Amino acid sequence: MNPIDQLFGRLRAQGRKAFIAFLTAGDPDLATTLAAGRELVRAGTDLLEIGFPYSDPIADGPVIQASYTRALERGLRLDDVFACVRQLADNPEVASRERERPDKPTPLVAMVSYSLIHRRGPEAFLRQAQQAGLSGAIVPDLPVEEAEPLGELAAARDFKLIHLVTPTTPRDRALRIARCSTGFLYCVSVTGITGERDALPEQLREQLAWLRGQTDLPLCVGFGISRPEQVRMLRDCADGVIVGSAIVRRLEQAATRPLPEVLDEVRALVRGLTSAL
Amino acid sequence: MSAPTSSAPDNHGRFGAYGGRYVPETLMFALRQLAEHYEQARQDPVFQEEFERYLRHYVGRPSPLYFAERLTREAGGARIYLKREDLNHTGAHKINNCIGQALLTRRMGKPRVIAETGAGQHGVASATACALFGLECQVYMGEEDVRRQKLNVFKMKALGSKVVSVTTGSRTLRDAINEALRDWMATVEHTHYIIGSVVGPHPFPVMVRDFQSVIGREARLQCLEEVGRLPDVVVACVGGGSNSAGMFYPFLADRSVELVGVEAGGRGADPGEHAATLGHGQPGVLHGSYSYVLQDDDGQTAPVHSVSAGLDYPGVGPEHSFWKDSGRVRYTSVSDADALSNFHLCARLEGILPALETAHAVVEAMRLAAKRAKEDVIVVCFSGRGDKDCYEVARLEGEEI
Repeated sequence: MNPIDQLFGRLRAQGRKAFIAFLTAGDPDLATTLAAGRELVRAGTDLLEIGFPYSDPIADGPVIQASYTRALERGLRLDDVFACVRQLADNPEVASRERERPDKPTPLVAMVSYSLIHRRGPEAFLRQAQQAGLSGAIVPDLPVEEAEPLGELAAARDFKLIHLVTPTTPRDRALRIARCSTGFLYCVSVTGITGERDALPEQLREQLAWLRGQTDLPLCVGFGISRPEQVRMLRDCADGVIVGSAIVRRLEQAATRPLPEVLDEVRALVRGLTSAL
Repeated sequence: MSAPTSSAPDNHGRFGAYGGRYVPETLMFALRQLAEHYEQARQDPVFQEEFERYLRHYVGRPSPLYFAERLTREAGGARIYLKREDLNHTGAHKINNCIGQALLTRRMGKPRVIAETGAGQHGVASATACALFGLECQVYMGEEDVRRQKLNVFKMKALGSKVVSVTTGSRTLRDAINEALRDWMATVEHTHYIIGSVVGPHPFPVMVRDFQSVIGREARLQCLEEVGRLPDVVVACVGGGSNSAGMFYPFLADRSVELVGVEAGGRGADPGEHAATLGHGQPGVLHGSYSYVLQDDDGQTAPVHSVSAGLDYPGVGPEHSFWKDSGRVRYTSVSDADALSNFHLCARLEGILPALETAHAVVEAMRLAAKRAKEDVIVVCFSGRGDKDCYEVARLEGEEI
């Protein structure tokens, strides 16, 4: 069984919600990514989303884009990212948080541009991703119209292809996206790019409630989330929250500050958010 | 009017394998809405008449087809004709597309426009069209280009536009497009993105080509009237590929007409030294469409170089990729050095300063002319005037202005 299905099955049975953390591979370096991934899991992260640096990430806001640019400027290659993910997946704490859930791995999911998948070749990319220990991928620039070939290849491997719905997605289209998505449905909270925001739109709850009636897929909400009060607003209508820029913004400081200090701050952030779930 | 016979693109915006929509879900609704509005406008005689009226009375069309007698003598072969897009208002072909898209913006009821610009020509043309139609306009421009093209920055501001200096990534045209797309993601409900070339997700490549096709339609008719027959060769430069797409499209069905696209050969064939996407790239995804791209083995977009700020783009319009693979258009490249010396040659022999982009096309036209009979006819899309490049040419030649 795919670890993502295991995770949401378990959380549902326990009446819990998922905390999903995003971090950029290789920013400021791969050692930090490994240490941070471990720390995020230790602090209560249920699923790790790993950003594959790309030169032209149009869906991402300034924080994540800058992290990609920095990682690439240091010469990061795609194979380095896969090697890092493999190490993360092999880490005992990531592989299973033993006391709490023996043999229950923390699922790792790629956030990756289709440009990189296409260049490697979809089949080769999926094979390498699975070998690295990834359970699925979010491909933010691959709308359902273009996703069918990749979706079929992924389905044959039980590799999840997680699609996104946004506030501008009409309902008939949202249904189509929900049918194509596997693992969970990524619900974008705001019209725009990734990045922290003060408030979340009211219509988001409405959209989530409607989606809840249409699909059994877990609904996870991302873009703009960084505060406990936002998490509290979402916990009754979603199955998980995704936090990215708020983590990346802290981790980028590892380039100039002692790593333990930075990790302390990340842990405090995650603890604050998970306690609101 | 000619009848181009191309079934491309299909309903998904595919030119053969190329094109499509590789964009975040947030933009899908706007793209569908835009495609619908554009399709209605395309079939609406009132819209088309209004477009043509502005092209005639505001842009100054039709632009002349001019027999360049002295360039012809210099090349020593076929007759060279210049399709004078440099004589349009704002000095280049870019305004054709901006008038069309600004009219469409008004038709959609959106009050705000964003645009990207490299050298500043499309930015100035967008600012101009927005001033004309009373639209709010914000232009994204790489920090590097803002520095190099101060005059165009001043013009855009004078025309009432806001210019945003882009400091992310490579700080050039590519990042200006990224920033414009990001803006559009957050503002799509009241903002239209006037993309400046035949690139991006469907329907941009087909829409920009259609608005620019006035160039080829006029050139074809003018050639029939003035020369009495179709040209043997049509030449245009290719960055993103809008002047060339507009020039070539009406000639596609004329199988006797050889079509030649000229890319920026820069300083050489090594990665980062040129911007010859069709010559050195491979199919991939950039800025929302599937087309030839200059990228590394991982799929990261490669750095590019050209002396011409309008050609240094690592992608190309998907229809050009389609034409390349089908063999209908032949693509070649011209170096920085040859383009620069042609800038001076055009100036001295014809009294016309070409844009450095345009000079690439003229170089190739003269090479082809030299190999052809005196009765043969070559038409060059003279896409823009060189005023904007004077500072750069002077700098490269160690002169101070």
